[in-house]
Amino acid sequence: MSKPVQRYTARERSNHWIVAIAFVLAGLSGLALFHPAFFFLTNLFGGGPWTRILHPFIGVVLFLFFMAMAARFWRFNHFTAADRQWMARIGDVIRNRDRGLPEIGKYNAGQKYLFWTMVVSIPLLLLSGIVVWQPWFAPYFPIWLLRIAVVVHALAAWIMILGIIVHVYAAIWVKGSVRAMTRGTVSEAWAKHHHRAWYRQMTGK
Amino acid sequence: MALQSLDIKARSATTTPPPDVRARGAVPVAKLIDISKCIGCKACQVACMEWNDLRDEVGTNAGTYDNPRDLTAQSWTVMRFSEVEVEQDRLEWLIRKDGCMHCADPGCLKACPAPGAIVQYANGIVDFHEEHCIGCGYCITGCPFNIPRISQKDSKAYKCTLCSDRVAIGLEPACIKTCPTGALVFGTKDDMVLHAEGRIADLKERGYSHAALYDPKGVGGTHVMYVLQHGDKPELYANLPRDPSISPLVSLWKGVTKPLMSFGLGLAVFAGFFHYVTAGPKEVEEEEKTD
Repeated sequence: MSKPVQRYTARERSNHWIVAIAFVLAGLSGLALFHPAFFFLTNLFGGGPWTRILHPFIGVVLFLFFMAMAARFWRFNHFTAADRQWMARIGDVIRNRDRGLPEIGKYNAGQKYLFWTMVVSIPLLLLSGIVVWQPWFAPYFPIWLLRIAVVVHALAAWIMILGIIVHVYAAIWVKGSVRAMTRGTVSEAWAKHHHRAWYRQMTGK
Repeated sequence: MALQSLDIKARSATTTPPPDVRARGAVPVAKLIDISKCIGCKACQVACMEWNDLRDEVGTNAGTYDNPRDLTAQSWTVMRFSEVEVEQDRLEWLIRKDGCMHCADPGCLKACPAPGAIVQYANGIVDFHEEHCIGCGYCITGCPFNIPRISQKDSKAYKCTLCSDRVAIGLEPACIKTCPTGALVFGTKDDMVLHAEGRIADLKERGYSHAALYDPKGVGGTHVMYVLQHGDKPELYANLPRDPSISPLVSLWKGVTKPLMSFGLGLAVFAGFFHYVTAGPKEVEEEEKTD
């Protein structure tokens, strides 16, 4: 058995999981107020008023820890020529026909798209969320701005949730990925197959 | 149901039919505010405080007769005084009793995410049931008239109930009962429209050629209506909106988009599941492990 390759440090993993837990809580409490079909989710938070009280605080935690995480991973998320070639063959990637894909770095184009989606949507959620935050901040903003903020908030949240559904599914789909975030390492074969340029950089091979 | 004697026509954040079985149904009611008869005595404000047990904080004088200066969770109706010169050198003092208009198409109810926190009775009254209110303030976003106020004390939204508790047992609202000049009248909406027509004819005879009824169609008509001497210029009356309607942003936010977006999220999860059971997981090939 070959030596596993270190992908995430303990700090990076903790940071990721704080963001993940905050996302799940903010997502469930937000969906509860998004459509009546999800209102039952307020029961998880102690009822409607508690859901309204807790949601924005969870959101602030999500924002702060996400920004810390984004700062850590920023430099790995610039698009390269290899990413464009990889993206051109996205159909093959989805059909598990991975032979002859270009060598890519720590993240592939899909992961990078997710990263930038989150970098845009999470600050938007924070800003629009502050505008409608009752009873602390909303009374200081004009009603026309509140109306824009609720639409921006719902739309950004929707894009973010869709992105995370894809993110979670990709982790389940691509076997050997989850341990990168639970134990910090991936197998050599996984690194070579999915992120060969990163593998070369890490091992010098 | 808070008022068992009233049928409910619409209920916030509810996708199934509201309780609505009574055979005789209900007659739509309306309050008519004849601004040409209002003397600004504020007796209606006092009656409202008294019936609904409201005591606002004593405010400060801002150099106008407006007192209190704005609607609050404790002041559900407020006289707004406007000094205008519609014609040169002819000062007019327009006094508008502001408060919930009880829209037939209520933006507050459309925006509210809490089931049953806002109901519309079959008689047209739009009522807040504060025990279901979660304090999110979405009703403020939905209202085209800037009426609901969140209480600093309990974080619940409050506004005029059109004295739904009185109307339910056949009484007129408290403000109507107390008005000394007959500027406020209450009855079926049809009767009130008829009454307004008589008043408008009278005003036209007296030289107010643009006198008109304010019953804006953009919100489906309202169950609180005004007789305006200057019906062509509603803005004169402390910025009464000319053609109010629910903001397109609110309709976009609360209309067909959210069920569609919810469906989209469900679809994404299903797409993942079926991708897994058809294309299968992405596993690292054996030969790569050994090379």
